Amino acid sequence: MSTAATPNESILERAPVLARDWLTGFLPEPARWLANSLVVIVAILLVFATVFAALTLAERKILGRVQNRPGPNRVGWFGLLQPVADGVKMLIKEDIVPRAANPVLHFLAPVVLLAASIMTFAVIPYGRHLVPVELDAALLYFFAAGSATELAVFMAGWASHNKYSLLAAMRALAQLISYELPLLLSTVPVVLAAGTLSATGIVAAQSGWKWGVVPHWLVFTPCGAAGFAIFMVSALAESNRSPFDLPEAESELIAGHLTEYSGFKYALFFMAEYFGMCAASGMAVTLFLGGWHAPLPVLEAVPSYVWFSAKFLALLLGFIWIRATMPRLRIDQLTRLAWKFMVPLALVNIGTAAFWSLTFPWAGPLQLVRWAVALGMAAGPFVLLGRGLSSGLGPRTYRYA
Amino acid sequence: MNTVLILIALATIGAAAAAMSRPSLLNCVLLLTLSWTGIAAFYLWAGAEFAAFAQVLIYVGAISMAVMFAVLLTRRGRRDFPPRKGSRSRAAYAVLAGAAVAGVLLAAVARSPLAASPAPGPASTVRELGGQLMGPHAAALLVVGVLLTVALIGAVVLAAGAGPEKPEATR
Repeated sequence: MSTAATPNESILERAPVLARDWLTGFLPEPARWLANSLVVIVAILLVFATVFAALTLAERKILGRVQNRPGPNRVGWFGLLQPVADGVKMLIKEDIVPRAANPVLHFLAPVVLLAASIMTFAVIPYGRHLVPVELDAALLYFFAAGSATELAVFMAGWASHNKYSLLAAMRALAQLISYELPLLLSTVPVVLAAGTLSATGIVAAQSGWKWGVVPHWLVFTPCGAAGFAIFMVSALAESNRSPFDLPEAESELIAGHLTEYSGFKYALFFMAEYFGMCAASGMAVTLFLGGWHAPLPVLEAVPSYVWFSAKFLALLLGFIWIRATMPRLRIDQLTRLAWKFMVPLALVNIGTAAFWSLTFPWAGPLQLVRWAVALGMAAGPFVLLGRGLSSGLGPRTYRYA
Repeated sequence: MNTVLILIALATIGAAAAAMSRPSLLNCVLLLTLSWTGIAAFYLWAGAEFAAFAQVLIYVGAISMAVMFAVLLTRRGRRDFPPRKGSRSRAAYAVLAGAAVAGVLLAAVARSPLAASPAPGPASTVRELGGQLMGPHAAALLVVGVLLTVALIGAVVLAAGAGPEKPEATR
């Protein structure tokens, strides 16, 4: 966490840092550094555990409302204590390990998955002074930490000693690997625009306003908007959320690679899924939505972490909304979408970003040309590829269904 | 700080050694991945942040997956068979090849000066690394890029060469 204060900022802006210093201020210097890190880790874990609990409840409530039913409303006031009840249920459930399973790997898989998803929280700038770890290559770290999830999914499927689990794990891996590529490629325009891989630097590059009203967020540029769309769709697929929840597909695959998991280990997988969704939303806010910057100059009095949280929660609600709206894809549609649509679009988008960066000095009427060309480069391939995506493939006849 | 290095080295070499001695092929792959993670930890210890993250992203994230898919798609059954004992001449060749590699590595280790502290030089930033890659080493980068593209096209040609399967209804 950086503590360098800028002049005329409110006490609220620095409140988390001051609270941390108040907690650890009495310690001598080397121990204080360690204590500060511990405080940050505990704070992140507490905040995201709370977000996880609230999110499960919010998701069930919103899904209920969308499907014209009340959702959980028995435990506590309006069902507010439902996450507590769920947690207790998961904790006291019997933990069943199949006799033929590999006990070490069966145990390690959820732990590795959760650890990897928690590690991704380390580099997200939550506010002006709330960056847990400042890294020069923060973006690379984020994806490197996330890549361990694939290993965990494989371990879960293989250690269960169940051929259906293994097949489902292979399917899940095919999905994760397919969407890893557009996810990574969609962040390249951001790196091109900001000129850095550091999360703090990327947020700093999006500060300021054009004409005093339009923020310099990357989502307001053609390549940034396309990148944001690709990033969000890939993030949906990477976090196994609907409409890309084929790895679990509870009604078709008996939860896929999680078939042999029960009790708290199952809850850990569930938790890792939500943490992955949170990390993806946090990174999307950082990369495309201006991080902790306020949308208008007048609103800068509100602390930066409030703005981050607002954007973050909006994206999470978007995830839930999509889950309530979209039907699940089939595995061939899923991989076709990744390799024939998302990857080419992401590659073209890098070209758009290069054009956008090279034409930065253009002014006057040339600005209009710049916008027109960039918008054409972003929208043209989308339309063309979208037309060819399922031509000649549908409608499909099901002979054995 | 050398204790950290020794711990990392022991974990890396131990995982690699265990990977060679396990009968189950998939356990070997997982142990090999652990060994690669150890190498990433070494890069981190040496102050090469970028190389460490790239190592994790590429080796732990991608190459381990490629190896696992290869193992799973080529194995005939669920049971793993321990490798059969080869002939004596084969063992001799194996020892010879291993000794040659070990000799080259040991010679390299013996010649390189071992610094006592981590990150002896100034830790280079990502920007400097990019400048180096795009400036003096641009040719090497291009050659690697062409090689990978050729491999990718080759893979696509191999996969597409099979042609669409005949539908069952025509039988």
